[in-house]
Amino acid sequence: MKFKKRLYVKNMRKLGDCMISIDKDLIKNIVSNGKRLDNREFNQYRDIIIETNIIPQAEGSARVKLGDTEVIAGVKLDIGEPFPDTGDEGMLMVGAEFVPLASEEFEPGPPNESSIELARVVDRAIRESKCIDLKKLCIKENEKVWCIFVDIDVLDHDGNLIDAATLAATAALLNTKMLKLEKDGENYKVNYEQKTDEPLPMTKKPVNTTFVKIGDAILADPSVQEEDAMDARLTVGTFEEDGETKFCSMQKGGNDGFTLEEIEKILDLAEEKGKELRKLLNF
Amino acid sequence: MSRIDGRKFDELREIEAKVGILKNANGSAYFRLGDSIAIAGVFGPRTVHPKHMEKAECAILRTEYRMSPFSTVTRTRPGPGRREREISLVTREALSSVLFLEEFPKTAIDVHIEVLQASASTRCVGINAASLALADAGIPMRDLIASCSAGIVNREIVLDIAGKEDTEGEVDLPIAYYPRQKKVTLLQMDGIATKTEIKEIIKLAIKGALKIYEVQKEALRKKYEEVR
Repeated sequence: MKFKKRLYVKNMRKLGDCMISIDKDLIKNIVSNGKRLDNREFNQYRDIIIETNIIPQAEGSARVKLGDTEVIAGVKLDIGEPFPDTGDEGMLMVGAEFVPLASEEFEPGPPNESSIELARVVDRAIRESKCIDLKKLCIKENEKVWCIFVDIDVLDHDGNLIDAATLAATAALLNTKMLKLEKDGENYKVNYEQKTDEPLPMTKKPVNTTFVKIGDAILADPSVQEEDAMDARLTVGTFEEDGETKFCSMQKGGNDGFTLEEIEKILDLAEEKGKELRKLLNF
Repeated sequence: MSRIDGRKFDELREIEAKVGILKNANGSAYFRLGDSIAIAGVFGPRTVHPKHMEKAECAILRTEYRMSPFSTVTRTRPGPGRREREISLVTREALSSVLFLEEFPKTAIDVHIEVLQASASTRCVGINAASLALADAGIPMRDLIASCSAGIVNREIVLDIAGKEDTEGEVDLPIAYYPRQKKVTLLQMDGIATKTEIKEIIKLAIKGALKIYEVQKEALRKKYEEVR
């Protein structure tokens, strides 16, 4: 049973709103009966395909398909001046773009609050896990450091962009090759044409796992219809250190809240699902 | 061992809450937690501009979190950056569930939060002010939302991250709490923690939020007394 919202919503916005609310009721009903529209278990992710090095011109790249959700992450490197308070560390920047071809909900133009949130949640998991040793990316203290730009393009939106984008970003970073650094007298110069064999100083594999609450049920990896029908969403960033799961970031979304018991349940699920996702990152 | 500012691990900073501080806004409030100060103003329910944002079945809630350029040690560039826009979003999501938005279809409720001085946990201070301002505007609410942060600083679990603890601490976890339904309506975290630690931090943050909740209620009562 495949259910496509886009059949209803066209130029008829008000009618569209009505149909979305019928969709919501349908999803809530199905979930309250212990089922999901695509017959998955509550804690089951959709099939995930990760391909790396798909953009040869980028220093690192990955495409992730999570069910029908598709995102590409690309890594570009450059050198620049560090932030004054972290003069001995390289810089990491994550951006996300909702390309209008990915969904009829997306519009061209500057980033909206959803794409900003996506970029910041991906950034938080990667940055806070300290998976990249930014100190090793310092070229000359307070003057020159490596800058890592991770940019995420959402190509097809079928829900749970956060997990797909984080997987793509981590996979792309794991496959990044440093550029050749040349010294010209006192100045450093990057040879943008020449990649070395050296990877980024990356030791961990952070992933985000997202769960939504619909009624009393907690569902992993929400589809776009489930996101429309959700009461609240919780994303948990995890990585592994000394064989133990560590938590590095969290973000709640949606208009309702979670009880303490629900949060504890999600932390348990995040530990389990995080392990599953990290297995896909063994290249 | 104590904290950088001498507080106990489970101690909040000094709280000050005032309601109805502005003339023009339909509702307003001042909230201070130590050196973090925010004021909030509410307009609405009022006509929606631009019109296409209007919803036939309920009011829309719009929130804006802003930091004054002089609120930080080094000047903050005015205008919303990515951080401010994300905080505006999570603030809206933290407040929505207590409002009877369905009572006011085709209208907008606008909440503006201005951080006057920042010394960590500013999103919590902003939410506390906003929640009071909404009540002051007379908008029907199921409850007040109280917000508080907790985290890990020097490997100790502490309440209400303040000042340098923000940059030097290991974990920062702000929450917003809906006391009557015992629901956490804002939850963010950065920094490395184990599962057990996170659970403890959230429990501590909820305790802090409940203390703030009492102060908020008191501030509203005080205004009523003045009216009488």
